[in-house]
Parts: sequence; C-alpha cells; structure tokens
Amino acid sequence: MISEQAKQRMRNLAARYPVARSAVMPALYIVQQEEGYITQEGLQAVADAIGMTVDDVESVATFYTMYHQQQPGKRVIKVCTSISCYLRNCDKLVEHLEQRLGIKRGETTPDGNYTLLTTECLASCGTAPVLQVNNEFVENLTLETADALLDKLDRELKAGQARGTAPTEAEARPYVR
Amino acid sequence: MPELIITKNIDIPGIDTLAVYREHGGYQALEKALNQYQPDELVEMVKQSGLRGRGGAGFPTGMKWSFLAKNDKPRYLCCNADESEPGTFKDRMLMEKNPHMLVEGVIITSYACRVSTAFIYVRGELALAGRQVERAVQEAYDAGLIGKNILGSDYSLEVIVHRGAGAYICGEESALMESLEGRRGYPRLKPPFPAVIGLYGGPTVINNCETLSTIPAIVENGAEWYAGFGTEKSKGTRIFCLSGHVNKPGNYELPLGTPLRTLIYDEQYGGGIPGNKNLKAIIPGGSSTFILGPDKVDTTLDFEAIAAAGSMLGSGGVIVLDEDTCIVGAILRMTEFYRDESCGKCTPCREGTYWMTEILERLEHGHGREKDVDLLMDICDNISGKSFCPLGDAATSSITSGIKLFREEFEYHVKHGHCMVGAGRTVPDTESVQGASLHAGAR
Repeated sequence: MISEQAKQRMRNLAARYPVARSAVMPALYIVQQEEGYITQEGLQAVADAIGMTVDDVESVATFYTMYHQQQPGKRVIKVCTSISCYLRNCDKLVEHLEQRLGIKRGETTPDGNYTLLTTECLASCGTAPVLQVNNEFVENLTLETADALLDKLDRELKAGQARGTAPTEAEARPYVR
Repeated sequence: MPELIITKNIDIPGIDTLAVYREHGGYQALEKALNQYQPDELVEMVKQSGLRGRGGAGFPTGMKWSFLAKNDKPRYLCCNADESEPGTFKDRMLMEKNPHMLVEGVIITSYACRVSTAFIYVRGELALAGRQVERAVQEAYDAGLIGKNILGSDYSLEVIVHRGAGAYICGEESALMESLEGRRGYPRLKPPFPAVIGLYGGPTVINNCETLSTIPAIVENGAEWYAGFGTEKSKGTRIFCLSGHVNKPGNYELPLGTPLRTLIYDEQYGGGIPGNKNLKAIIPGGSSTFILGPDKVDTTLDFEAIAAAGSMLGSGGVIVLDEDTCIVGAILRMTEFYRDESCGKCTPCREGTYWMTEILERLEHGHGREKDVDLLMDICDNISGKSFCPLGDAATSSITSGIKLFREEFEYHVKHGHCMVGAGRTVPDTESVQGASLHAGAR
C-alpha cells in the first residue's frame, strides 16, 4: 500500500522542481521506502503523482541500481569490490561473508534477514576494505570485525523478532530521504 | 605541514553545524561577495586564482563560468557530488564533515554566474553525506542564507539537493543533467555544451564538489593569495586520495606540484609501502587514468608534470600497487568496473568493455590465447575516441598503459596460466583463500 502521505510527498516534490519529471528519482525512493522494493503499485503511484506513464517511470527505475526490483533482506550488505578494496583483500572478505551467511553474492538468506551484494567503489578507499549495511559504512574491515558485525546484526534481528514487532524503518529499509 | 585551505577546519568538532561554521568565519565570504562584488568581478577573480576543476578534467573554473551563454533563459548550477571514480573519496569527506563550506561555495558561485536555481547532485550510496548536505541547506534556508533576498541583498536563490541512485555514469556532466531531468543517465552528444544548452535547455555550469568548496577561501583571501600556492600553471592545493598498498592511506591536502614520492613515502602522508615492498605501479588520478611505472615516482603532482609523464591528474585518486600485485588481475578488476557501469547507449563502450573483461578473465585464469594481448589493444583502439562519452576512453586507460609497461606479465599468463609475481606465482589451489583472493577472480 502506498500511503496517502507518501503520495502527497511525491506531489510536493513534483512542485518543488522546475519540471515535475525531475521528481521521479526521489519519488521512487519514497515508494521503495513504503514497500521495500519497486512494486507495480509503486510505479503506478509515481506515474500518477508526477504525470508520467508507468513504462516511463519503469525505464528510470530499472536504470539505477539502488532501486530494488525484488524484496531485499532486512539487512542489505554491500561489499565494495573495486580496485582499492581489491588491493586490500576484499575478495577474501566476500568469501567469508558468503560462507557465514550460507548464500552467494547477489542472494538473500531464506529467512529474509540478509541480502549480500558486491558493489562498485563506495568512495571509502582510504579505509578499505569496506562495506555498507543498509547504506551506512563499516570501514577498515578484517575477518574478525566482519564476524563481530554479523554477530551484532544477528542479535538486533533476533531482538526485533522477540518483540514481535515489525522492524523499524531504519532497520528494514535502505536509506531514503 | 604546508598550509591547508580546503581541509583547514575539517576536524573542528561541530563544524558541520551552522553555528560552529560561522564561529570560524563561515559565510563571511558570501557576505563579502554579495556586498563588495558584481557577479562578473567574481568570475574574473576565480579566473585570476587559476583554480581548475577538481572532478577529473581539470578545466579552468573561472573560464567555464565565463562561457555561459548570454540569453534570457534561466541559468542553472549543478554541483557534481556524484563521487564514484574508483580510488576517490574526498568529496564524501567534505560533505560529511564540512557541508556548509560546500553550500557557501554553491551560493557564491550561483551569484557569480547569475543562477537562480542550484542543484547539489549527491551520489545515492553516500547516505550520510546526503543527509549532511540536506541539513546544511536547510539550516542555510532558515538563516536567510538561501532563499529570497539573501542577507538583505536583491539576490535570491533556490538550492535543491538531489540524490543519485547508483550509476557511475551520472558523474559525467551531461548524464548528470539527464538524471536530474528525471531520465536514465545517458550522456548527451556535445556540442552543444552545457554552458550553452544544459539543464532544462538553459545555460548551465557544472562544477565538482571540491571545486565549489574551494570558492569561499578564494573570495575571502583573494585570487593572488590562492595563486600563491602550487606551481606556475597548476595553482592552489587539492586533496589527494591515497589508497592501495601504503601504510597510511587517506586524504591529504597538498599544494599542486608536490612529488608523488612525498605523498607515498613521507611519514606525514602515506608512510611507505607495507612490508617495505617495492613499488610496482601508480595510478595517479583514479582508475580512469593511465598507469605509471615506478620510475615516475619523482614526478610532481600537477597537471602538466603528470601529463608529461604519460597520465592525468584526474580526480586526485592516487592508487599504489606493490611489487606482488598481479597486473593482469588488477586491470581485470578495473575493467569489470567499466563493463558494469557502461550505460549501454553506444556500441563501442557497451560491447567493448564486455569483451575486454572476457579476454582479461581468460588470461587471468590461465585460458588466454597468444593473440589476446594484441586483441585487447585492438579493442581499446576501437573504443577510445569512438565512444559517446569519456567512460569508453577511461575503460581503455589501464589496459593500454598496463600492457605497455608490463607486457611480459600478460604473456607469462598466456604461457604459464598464472602470474609471475606475488601470491599467484604458483598455481593457486582451492584451499588457499589468501592466494586466490590476492589473485582476483574467486568466482
């Protein structure tokens, strides 16, 4: 469900830019925040708010990698594998995470907790190797600190489930404005 | 330690807030610009300062401003903060730690260029940087530093922070404008240049985040003062992003003209190579620039000297490779980047980056053919200068320069099926994760 509030935010954005169409990227972030990924309903809502066709909105949504085309895990881990991290052994880090999570890069754990992605240079080359959890940086990683990080994330996720509450927005969603 | 300009105040606690930024002289340059200068005088000042773009191309900033077409269409400023060149991490630091300096630079530049709407295009992955810049813009609105009649003058400005969503190509200026207009980030054919027909068809100036962050200091202290730093043709200081095989990677602001050796080996900066290994290669300006051999370590870091040595200063991302690095593996990794980030609009880049990656991959994994090295050079020749935007050219830089410098390593891969250096020297067995990871391609 795309909330009325979200629709209003999109309409406000369309009015803020010199041309309404410019609001399509921030609007896509809004519907992604609502539903976790870009759904058909989300595309339709953006199209209605901005005055574009659904196909046109989809052509934008599929160009940019930060719009999820399917439901990601509650924690999206993106490991940088570009040259500076490569020189600092990021491949070993990715393999370690694959083993620990029991999935390959690009996959989501069956319980829906984690998605593991490799990504292009994250502008953190001075603190390589580096990864992001839901778009927040974790830098200067070793295999030990990566394990400690996952232990912490496991505990957070378990605590959330024990409370029986849905994960908070910050827990569940990638960053959106 | 030489005098700092851009990073001078960066570690002051709370400098990211308007109050602390103002305590340290923040927005005085804006006040000075609005009260004491006509827009054209500021353009002239920046021309005199010798400031050149810090994004990659190194175009003289003041000259760029003066090229704006004089017509009655609305003018726009785009701050390119879509930092994503591999090896570059300065704009992220500037936005996270001192966002008001960027915002002040944006306002002054907008006034100088008679712009009434400015955009700050922040890379999507840089969530904290995006939040910091948005907050700084909001604080500036609330304090009357952006909006109608700034500081009581008759100048008004709107500033919109726009977040990217994962596309390296949007750092290319025409693709950035396409993205801002709400489309896929496909580059435009030039000419017309953005200064004539840019965003929404209006004359548009596009400057890098570090470039704009430098403007307040120039207005505050004068063009002559700024031109006193650096070399005769490369003025000022810039942030060098040092990464790879060095003891102390990080951002270091240095006057242009500082020797590469100082940046890499001086205890104040890189502190040398871990394990005292020998230097194998340097990529001086991000992965899009040509690789330099160790004999170039005494080259000075300025536009002219690096060009004479056979590369470019680019975005200031200095990547250091030690003697144990497999050059084929490293170039494969860089080429994968361009394959993944090619927007797909033009054929030479879309198809060429794919095939170059395929060929490098088979070389790296011991399935290379004798003709592959020449084939790679041939493909590079078919991309470079023949693609729509500089991404295609950039994809070939490491390959052509790498083969020129280390051809025997490529040929060794063909003959022996593995590296002649480093941990990949012996055929990597599947148990040895260390060897496999140093040697790339554990997929």
